[in-house]
Amino acid sequence: MIPFSIDGQPVEGRENGNVLEVALDVGIEIPHLCYHESVKPYGACRLCLVEVERHGRKRMTTSCTYPVLEGIQVFTQTEKVLRARRMIIELILGMCPGDTLIQEMAKEMGVEQIRFKQEDKDCILCGLCGRICEEVVGAHAIQFAFRGDKREMIPPFLGEAMNCIACGACVVACPVDVIKMKEQGDERTILRWKRTLKMKQCKICGNYFAPWFQLEKFKEQAKLAKDFFDICYTCRT
Amino acid sequence: MESSEINTIINQYKGKESAILAILQDIQGKEKYLPKEILEQVSQKMQIPMTHIFRLATFYNALSIKPRGKHKIDVCLGTACHVRGGNKIIDKLERDLSVSVGETTKDKQFTLESVRCVGCCSLGPVAVIDGHVYGRLTQDKIPALLKEFK
Repeated sequence: MIPFSIDGQPVEGRENGNVLEVALDVGIEIPHLCYHESVKPYGACRLCLVEVERHGRKRMTTSCTYPVLEGIQVFTQTEKVLRARRMIIELILGMCPGDTLIQEMAKEMGVEQIRFKQEDKDCILCGLCGRICEEVVGAHAIQFAFRGDKREMIPPFLGEAMNCIACGACVVACPVDVIKMKEQGDERTILRWKRTLKMKQCKICGNYFAPWFQLEKFKEQAKLAKDFFDICYTCRT
Repeated sequence: MESSEINTIINQYKGKESAILAILQDIQGKEKYLPKEILEQVSQKMQIPMTHIFRLATFYNALSIKPRGKHKIDVCLGTACHVRGGNKIIDKLERDLSVSVGETTKDKQFTLESVRCVGCCSLGPVAVIDGHVYGRLTQDKIPALLKEFK
C-alpha cells in the first residue's frame, strides 16, 4: 500500500490505483459523474478536479485519472478547486439544463444562473454507457461519434444498435438517467438505442426475465451450463 | 468495391489494428466516401468493433460517411480569403450548384466544402478543386471554372 494524504488526512492506496477511489473509500466526498469502479477511469466530466502537491509543486488535475503516488498531498476543497468545479458544472448545466441531478449538483456547489448559451441536450457526454458496454459487457453496441459540439453517444450509423443485447447495463450506469428501458409482455426495449429484443420465459414461474441475446452472451462469456438460464434469478435462489 | 479489393488494402498494412486510419483513408481515396457496407466488411475482417470504426470515420474531416461527388471543391475561408470575399465565392457556388456547404450535387459531380487557409493567401480568394489551386477568384469566373469539370 502506498501512503499519501488527502486534505491532511493520512490515507493509503493500492498500487496502480487512482486518487478518487481512495478518497471515496475513506469517505471524502469528491463530486464525479463519469467515474465508475468497474471501468477504467476516463476523465471526461472534469468534476473530480483536485489540487495535488508533489515535490513542492501544486497542480490541478482530475483525481480519477491521477495515480496513487507516495507522499503526494491532495487537496479537494481549496478555493481554486471549488471555483473550477463551479465553472464546469455551469457548463454542463448549460448543455443539459433539464437534468435534475445536474441541477441539484449545481445548486449544491452554489451555481445559481447559467451565463452560457443554453442547449437542450440531455446526455452529458461522460461516455460511461459506452465504456461499460465495451469493457464490462463486451457488446460494443454504442460509442461516441462525430466531433466537437456535434459529439454524440450513438449506435453506429445512427439507427438501431445492432450489437445491443438489451442487458440494461447502460441504463443502470447512466449518471443522469437518460437511457430508458421498457418491458412489455415478452419484449424489452432500450428506448435510446431503438433496440427491442424478445425475452426468455422462466421454466418455473413463467415470467419473462431477460432477453435471449443477453443470456446467450453471458452464458458464452462465463462458460455456464447449457440450461443455466432456463430458470430466472428469483426462482434459482 | 469488391471484397478482394478490401482484402488487398488490409493486407497492405498486414491487417494491423493500428493501421485502421490508413485503411479508411485508402478506401476513402478509392470510393470518395466510406460506404456502410464496406465499413461492415472491414469491421468483420479486422475484428474491430463497428463502434470504433464509426467513431473514427465521423471524427476526422478527411473521412466522410456521406457520398461525395466526383470533384471536390474546397473554398478557402481563412482570414485572408475571408477578407477578400471568400464568402461571395461560396455564395455563387451554392447558387450555381444548388447545394449548401458540405453537400453534394444531385448528379454526384461536385461536393462543396469550406476549408481554413490552403497556404497561398496572396492569391486569395482561393478555391481548390481536385487538388488544383485556383486563385484571385471572382464570381464571374465561377461558371467557366465549373464548365472545365463538367
